[in-house]
Amino acid sequence: MLRVELDVVQRWIAPGSRVLDLGCGDGALLDLLKASRGIEGYGIEIDASKITQCIARGINVIEADLDQGLADFPDKSFDTVLMTNSLQVLRRPDRTIAEMLRIGRECVVTFPNFGNIRTRLSLIARGRMPVTRQLPYEWYDTPNIHFCTVNDFEDLCRQLGTRILDREFVGEQFPDQLLQAAWPNLFCATAVYHLATDI
Amino acid sequence: MPDSFPPGSVGLVAPAVFRFDTPLALSCGRTLPGFELVVETYGELNAARSNAVLICHALSGHHHAAGFHDPADTKPGWWDHYIGPGKPIDTDRFYVVCLNNIGGCHGSTGPRALNPETGGPWGKHFPPLRVRDWVASQALLADRLGIAQWAAVIGGSLGGMNAMRWAVEHPERVRHCLVIASAMKLTAQNIAFNEIARRAIRSDPDFHDGDFAEYGVVPRNGLALARMVGHVTYLSDALMGERFGRELRSGSFQHGLDAPVQFAVESYLHHQGDKFAESFDANTYLLITKMLDYFDLAREYGDDPVRAFARTQARFLVVSFSSDWRFAPERSREIVRALVGARRDVSYTCVESDFGHDAFLLPNPRYEAVMGAYLKRVAETC
Repeated sequence: MLRVELDVVQRWIAPGSRVLDLGCGDGALLDLLKASRGIEGYGIEIDASKITQCIARGINVIEADLDQGLADFPDKSFDTVLMTNSLQVLRRPDRTIAEMLRIGRECVVTFPNFGNIRTRLSLIARGRMPVTRQLPYEWYDTPNIHFCTVNDFEDLCRQLGTRILDREFVGEQFPDQLLQAAWPNLFCATAVYHLATDI
Repeated sequence: MPDSFPPGSVGLVAPAVFRFDTPLALSCGRTLPGFELVVETYGELNAARSNAVLICHALSGHHHAAGFHDPADTKPGWWDHYIGPGKPIDTDRFYVVCLNNIGGCHGSTGPRALNPETGGPWGKHFPPLRVRDWVASQALLADRLGIAQWAAVIGGSLGGMNAMRWAVEHPERVRHCLVIASAMKLTAQNIAFNEIARRAIRSDPDFHDGDFAEYGVVPRNGLALARMVGHVTYLSDALMGERFGRELRSGSFQHGLDAPVQFAVESYLHHQGDKFAESFDANTYLLITKMLDYFDLAREYGDDPVRAFARTQARFLVVSFSSDWRFAPERSREIVRALVGARRDVSYTCVESDFGHDAFLLPNPRYEAVMGAYLKRVAETC
């Protein structure tokens, strides 16, 4: 996770809040949020070795498959449901986002923006699925099965009746960082969204 | 002498007997006038008395969890793979306490022990027990050993129920609770298998309505049959297929031959059953399977497991095994759901294994890694 992305996520997590982190990996983010924001909560992970890593660092981790839904978690049982860089590996990202909005009072989602200029140029120039530093896989072995752009994501938010509380765009390098403010869908590499349900 | 034991073994161990003369009020309303517990301990209690770990055994378990009683022993204790120096339950760091519970048949007060009122064995008259009675007797043992709080209470299957009961009834005495291949209550199917096993025992003519000791016999067939049924349910179809397949132990499929055919799986099951019948007590089997059937973590808490777990102060590790259909992963997920509802610290994983319910006793690198990672942190905070 990029440092800037991390800073944004941290800023949107209220101190002492109850957090559910979907696809928590080795638990590093929860560990950090515990130290910096005094949060409590759980990570959800499916990868066996990452689960063991979470346990080794004393992070609460629960093995589950996000694609099977999150029926074990009651409505509004968490202050914030987090999902960093996992949206694109899900079978039905729309359903998972809907589940996040059901379980959490607020949600924080980060994802790689497929509308980024480098991805677009790569596809146009090479005529092949983009392989970039951020997306290093070939089309046949990538776990990323549902890419979207910033515009696509905002369309989905509208369909789900989601309120976008805040959004930040994280660029790869200069000059992207300057240009993404005006043209996020072209220049942002990673998008960070702060969502809530309209009640 | 210790050189002859495998590396990572606690080596030669000897059980100790603890006598308790204070009457123990049981949940059935009766009182056990006094009782004895057979106990093994491995490792050293630290100066702060903060590194004690309680191992809770399952249906057929006992105090001998690790090491060897005799240098000539071919097999170590029942959980030797997980208990020892450098092993997940690390005896270099923990003071590990294992006991045979009351009602058992390996030396602690149970149906085979003498009833002080009659002078003869308790037999079928031994009072019915609940898991909370085990916890009560274990708490007296902890007091005797000077352990105010367990660093961890660990158990698989019925032992997991025992561990959860500890955390719920004595919240301040349990820092970590490790619940392995367990459930908050048995399903109808699970109770059904227990009743088949009990009927096998009761219908053995040598059972004599539980008074077999007076006749100087043992209901071997009934016990063996009970164990055979149990054993099938503790393994998975895939594992039996892999280990035995349709291999023949004797006889042949050739037409025209009358020689009886015996499949490898049949002789294996008979061997397991007969071995069990040699050592296990029929009344204990009936008593402990009833403890399993009646166990219901939340019954006294308005049937609300969240309310039950809200009492606990421990951190939890819950582990299930993918092919376990007797205590299926879904039962463990129910535990986790209730703990999350109660806002307790909990981690959960389902370990991939073909060994069914028995997996919790057997070597498995991933299971070892999870237990080791969790308990290493427990040891660091002792």
